Amino acid sequence: MDLTLKIWRQKDAQSEGRFVTYQVTDISPDMSFLEMLDVLNEDLIRKGEDPVAFDHDCREGICGACGLYINGRAHGPLKGTTTCQLHMRHFRDGDTIVVEPWRAGPFPVIKDLVVDRSALDRILRAGGYISVNTGSAPEANSIPVPKEAADEAFDAATCIGCGACVAACKNASAMLFVAAKVSHLSLLPQGQVEKRQRVLRMVAQMDEEGFGNCTNTYACEAECPKEISVSHIARMNREYLAALLTSGK
Amino acid sequence: MTLNAKIPEGPIEEKWTHHKDHLKLVSPANKRKFDLIVVGTGLAGASAAASLAELGYNVKVFCFQDSPRRAHSIAAQGGINAAKNYQNDGDSVWRLFYDTIKGGDYRAREANVYRLAELSVNIIDQAVAQGVPFAREYGGLLANRSFGGAQVSRTFYARGQTGQQLLLGAISAMNRQVDLGRVEVYPRHEMLDLVVVDGRARGIVARNLLTGEIRSFSAHAVILATGGYGNVYYLSTNAKGSNATAIWRAYKRGAFFGNPCFSQIHPTCIPVSGHYQSKLTLMSESLRNDGRVWVPKKKGDRRPPNEIPEDERDYFLERKYPAFGNLVPRDVASRNIKEVCDEGRGVGPTGMAVYLDFSDAIKRLGRDVIEQRYGNLFEMYERITGEDAYETPMRIYPAVHYIMGGLWVDYNLMTTIPGLYALGECNFSDHGANRLGASALMQGLADGYFIIPYTIGDYLADLGFEKVDTEHPAFKEAEKEVRESIKRLLSINGRRTVDEIHRELGKVMWDYVGIVRSEEGLNKALGMIRDLREEFWRNVKVVGSERELNASLEKAGRVADFLELAELMAIDALHRKESCGCHFRVEYQTEEGEAQRDDEHFAYVAAWEYQGPDQPPRLHKEELSFEFVTPTQRSYK
Ligand SMILES: Cc1cc2nc3c(=O)[nH]c(=O)nc-3n(C[C@H](O)[C@H](O)[C@H](O)COP(=O)(O)OP(=O)(O)OC[C@H]3O[C@@H](n4cnc5c(N)ncnc54)[C@H](O)[C@@H]3O)c2cc1C
Ligand code: SF4
Ligand code: FES
Repeated sequence: MDLTLKIWRQKDAQSEGRFVTYQVTDISPDMSFLEMLDVLNEDLIRKGEDPVAFDHDCREGICGACGLYINGRAHGPLKGTTTCQLHMRHFRDGDTIVVEPWRAGPFPVIKDLVVDRSALDRILRAGGYISVNTGSAPEANSIPVPKEAADEAFDAATCIGCGACVAACKNASAMLFVAAKVSHLSLLPQGQVEKRQRVLRMVAQMDEEGFGNCTNTYACEAECPKEISVSHIARMNREYLAALLTSGK
Repeated sequence: MTLNAKIPEGPIEEKWTHHKDHLKLVSPANKRKFDLIVVGTGLAGASAAASLAELGYNVKVFCFQDSPRRAHSIAAQGGINAAKNYQNDGDSVWRLFYDTIKGGDYRAREANVYRLAELSVNIIDQAVAQGVPFAREYGGLLANRSFGGAQVSRTFYARGQTGQQLLLGAISAMNRQVDLGRVEVYPRHEMLDLVVVDGRARGIVARNLLTGEIRSFSAHAVILATGGYGNVYYLSTNAKGSNATAIWRAYKRGAFFGNPCFSQIHPTCIPVSGHYQSKLTLMSESLRNDGRVWVPKKKGDRRPPNEIPEDERDYFLERKYPAFGNLVPRDVASRNIKEVCDEGRGVGPTGMAVYLDFSDAIKRLGRDVIEQRYGNLFEMYERITGEDAYETPMRIYPAVHYIMGGLWVDYNLMTTIPGLYALGECNFSDHGANRLGASALMQGLADGYFIIPYTIGDYLADLGFEKVDTEHPAFKEAEKEVRESIKRLLSINGRRTVDEIHRELGKVMWDYVGIVRSEEGLNKALGMIRDLREEFWRNVKVVGSERELNASLEKAGRVADFLELAELMAIDALHRKESCGCHFRVEYQTEEGEAQRDDEHFAYVAAWEYQGPDQPPRLHKEELSFEFVTPTQRSYK
């Protein structure tokens, strides 16, 4: 296949960015989207030009490093798929493909298609854990967990922290990401003890990082590569209210 | 220098307890006077950082990804072993120990492996307490499955994402310590050198990958948990960034390298589809429970699989290994698959694949059952290949998956440089010449949660609190070397990209230091590797500058190290004149074509010492003695 790529190039956070058009030829439909960019980058390097910067690592859809805005959609056209798992057979010969970084205030662009998502880590560090020191855990089977709860907690816990939910949301809300963690831990008996302060602290951190409010458009769920359900947002809202009431704030 | 593995005295089941009872301690009030560096945030690094910070040490953690949570451990699929015996099927610490030693073809240390089996049960407790959502039965208790041909069900799992869930658990424990101010995280930082002061590891030099800043970090001890180096083969199931740089630089500063040539090749991966291929994807081993492996009997048979009649198919694993059939161990399966493809009977567009056929299983059990068992894998297969494996057989081919070799460590996980520790896949410790499925996660977490927190105190207790300033000449010297080597890479401005040379190196390694090795091939590889290294330093093209985010520069540094490590791997493979586990030398096989171990001459760990650039490394041997198990020859006929 031969394709036209319009790629966002930006030297660094301070510089202005712009779209640059590139042609790539002889692209195999079996290539992944990132392999197609590898081909472009090899060409650019040979010509002595700066290759396009993008984050990636596992290329298996699990590390959450990759994340491109492709033709106006986070992770591209395929549902439930990360950028690295998107293959070129979903495009047609002669297509023009527009590639942009995540665009959201709390995710400043670092270079080209690479953004700073450290805000997500800071939210998790604001209580997104169960406090248990190494060595002090009770025997694993002494805490039975109903299978349904374990399965639902697992579904929430599959979040890969890619930030597509934020990028897809017109308000740049991180609700789905935060709710996935709150839900994962509060569904489990182990997570009960700290559940009130956890939700309060994580939400406070989310606000502090400048993520927007949720107005229930559900763009996050539609674009989440792990298809995390917005029902977790509802659960988090309930937890949050309950926590507010009991904390008397 | 003579190697001292510091294996404690006494019966095997008492060694660790006894050892712990006699290790020196650092008092709680004194722990905060010690600074520790942990490089790596996979299972080993994250669990170590969390546990050490809980004890009160000041910990700095480094990783090259934008977030510690993205370490390669996140991609582990199948599960984690533990000798809980929840299934009442006769499992025990002894049995897990025995299986691991035997699986490693008697090239691992008994005492370490026993301790690993012992600690496996604590790992599950810890992970569950952190909220790791393992699979459960309807009664609410933990579920298990059998994995990799084990005769007991001892594998704990979280669907096909066990590594992800365990890592997120360890990272959450580490995050808690960040929250409490005891761990400082340096993401997007790459360690480029180890700093040794008066013979002790006292810090690292790292590059900030965003700004290019080269900076020194000083500490009382340094812990490497930087993962495996499967990417020396270019194509592997590892994450793209996985590399050897940290341990390689440590090797060049004096840490011995153990069994560098032991690399595991996993039989069931999605085959290469073209030259542009950037990595390979593992298809779970469990598929071999129901899939039948075959190729056409005739060479070059290009008919589609469904047009090849039953009597023209060769189910070669079933034919050659009637007892184990499609379930022979990883190394045996990989070798046989390569063999039939080399004969010209491989299938698919490249001829470098065999069929893994589910049609019999679907006929026998129905599509629903197969879908329940492997639905997500079939989906992944279709995503990548565009083919429906319910309708047409899967195509699979072996790929590099895991590295058993790594920095040599003693029983305390300390390398030959005092104060430098190696944890997880980057050490050589527990898997001998072949790793069993679901035991890498176990080892990484045992090292990080339960071993290093005890053993490091023993070292620090004697060290004293005094800090070394990063103005010390050793730091300045290391910084200078790092800067110079970056400058050199940027100044070559040749004609070949880093990936081109890396691909070529990968091919040499795959062809000659891969599934099958021979004296002739290894000698040839040594020449080719040296030529390629020379070509790299003369003709590589790295663009951009050192003062910015520059992926091509990062890659160049890693490939430069691979080009040196590759040589050591070939040297090690050449010197080991026996076949064992993953290491199959054509000259040393039984009449039936199986691996022939030579316990009389090779029951040792090869620990290589760096002797300077272009000098042959020096071999040290740690003899392995088997007091508690008797080595036997594996047979799967
Ligand atoms: C596809 C796949 C599936 C697997 N499935 C299983 C399974 O089911 N069960 C099992 O037991 N094992 C499995 N394994 C093996 C297992 O995942 C790994 O062996 C294990 O996760 C390694 O963990 P680690 O902590 O040692 O290193 P990694 O997780 O590789 O972490 C390395 C860390 O080091 C950092 N790092 C590396 N170099 C530098 C540097 N120079 N400077 C700074 N930071 C650096 C990285 O950023 C990263 O944080 C699988 C492996 C693969 C590839
Ligand atoms: S909720 Fe989904 S989209 Fe958002 S970070 Fe997690 S995996 Fe990515
Ligand atoms: S590169 Fe890891 S999820 Fe895409």
